[in-house]
Amino acid sequence: MRSAAARERRVGARAERMEGRAPKKRRGGRLLSAYAVFVYAFLYAPIAILVLFSFNRARQTAVWEGWTLEWYRNLAQNDLILSAVKNSLIVGIGATAIATVLGTLVALALGRYAFPGEGFTRGLLYLPVIIPEIVLGAALVTFFGVLAFRLSLTTVVIAHVVFCVSYVAIVVRARLAGFDRSLEEASLDLGARPLATFLRVTLPLITPGIVAGALLSFTISIDDYVITSFVAGVGATTLPLQIYSMLKVGVTPEVNAVSTLLLAVTVVLIVIAQKLQQAPIERGETS
Amino acid sequence: MKASSGEPRGRAGVWLALPTWAALGLFFLLPLFILFVISFGQRDTYGGLKPIADFGAYLASGKFLANYARSLHPIYLQIFWRSVWMAVVTTLVCLLVSFPIAYYIAVAAPVRRRNLLLGLVVVPFWTSFLIRTYAWMFILRTEGLLNRLLLATGVTHQPLELLYNNFAVLIGLIYGELPFMILPLYASLEKLDLSLLEASADLGAPRRSTFWRVTAPMTMPGIVAGIILVFVPSLGQFIVSDLLGGAKTILAGNLIQNQFAIARNRPFGSAVAFELTAAVLALLFLYALYTKKKGQDVLL
Repeated sequence: MRSAAARERRVGARAERMEGRAPKKRRGGRLLSAYAVFVYAFLYAPIAILVLFSFNRARQTAVWEGWTLEWYRNLAQNDLILSAVKNSLIVGIGATAIATVLGTLVALALGRYAFPGEGFTRGLLYLPVIIPEIVLGAALVTFFGVLAFRLSLTTVVIAHVVFCVSYVAIVVRARLAGFDRSLEEASLDLGARPLATFLRVTLPLITPGIVAGALLSFTISIDDYVITSFVAGVGATTLPLQIYSMLKVGVTPEVNAVSTLLLAVTVVLIVIAQKLQQAPIERGETS
Repeated sequence: MKASSGEPRGRAGVWLALPTWAALGLFFLLPLFILFVISFGQRDTYGGLKPIADFGAYLASGKFLANYARSLHPIYLQIFWRSVWMAVVTTLVCLLVSFPIAYYIAVAAPVRRRNLLLGLVVVPFWTSFLIRTYAWMFILRTEGLLNRLLLATGVTHQPLELLYNNFAVLIGLIYGELPFMILPLYASLEKLDLSLLEASADLGAPRRSTFWRVTAPMTMPGIVAGIILVFVPSLGQFIVSDLLGGAKTILAGNLIQNQFAIARNRPFGSAVAFELTAAVLALLFLYALYTKKKGQDVLL
């Protein structure tokens, strides 16, 4: 666990080294490039096939019979899917809102203060990400059972907050480490109160990190199956639970269509989150 | 560990961390603790918990260890063994497949394409594991695409049973975990000082020994991180084995889920969950020792 200042020095040194480095020559040659094409194909072909066949007219899904949007139209009339989408949105937005507040505050604590229990806090944030999902699901359903807490959408939101806080904290913490504390110190030296410094200097600088953390948190929330399957009550079926029960019954074009939609939403959110995380620090200062 | 001189000290940090302590203490640590306690109990005939009249007698009888003793039965040991070897194979294959790709992105690819190539690994890293597993179900099933291809090209004359076996589970695991290996390897390779490789080559070292003596040791933090990031989730895997595996490919994750959802023997399920957790924590402890020795950056 290094201090932020030490890390900043190292990052600075690395940036200098990279600038000084001559443009890289191509290394490894064609064999490596060909291999790369092969691995990227392996990563994307299964997803591409799934997406493609969601537009396939054939019900017997392995034969291509031409394009159709019929399966997407079916989804729009499927009450189970629609209610699952609604539940997923409620859970995703609710859990993300709570996790973003908690995660940002704890990231500020870790990034800007020395306080008793820092090491414990880091460990506490790592564990929910690292402990097998199945264990977390089992623990939460047992806990709710012991407390006679009825399983519902609320229990799903609680469970999702537990694993989303860590992601927000990690992303915001990385953002905090990425800029110099001297900006905040200058503000304080010039007489601004700590709260004003936070609102006018720190917050604008870390906003891209907060938004990126929130988007990632929303993504993992709407994608989660394992933990949700333990803690979802009757009527709290989320989209992944609905997809799971559909494909347990049989592979249908509707499953492909709903999977494609979920993929599309998450990919868009991830790309935005990535761009925000790479956003230069200067951009934050203009606001 | 003390933070740098620049960090203000005092209670502000505590106040900022307090909501998270409360939330994770109540809804994470406490549930884990309850799960641990219940793993020493016994279920009643309705799937609930059997009340214990006399704690002293219960402890003295040794019955509190019954669930753990049961988990050592050969049937369950076989499941644990399968979970371990499948996780090992997955990790090794991911490492072998990922290293050249991470090297390609970090070193060999044209600089202007590097961000795109990296982004293309990051996207599957975050997208739904369920859907990515389902994609393989769609491809491998008997009426699926791969079988049609094999039939059409005359490789086989009748559809093969490609799903519901070890092979399908391994494919799903490798496919699902691959991005989790590529990214930490990339992070290490990207920091690699290429002039060291040039120096090694200039001094006449053959490529192979440059790799084993310079590249591999210098990227070891990434290799170790990747191994942890792939091995740990593979060990606790549930979705892949449930969807792509058959009755003979039950893993530890499926066993736990089964005890909670179907067999309704929560104490036994809790005991297995704790054995899994203990294994994971032991690995993470070793990892923490390793990173401490290396003085390597941690995420938070």
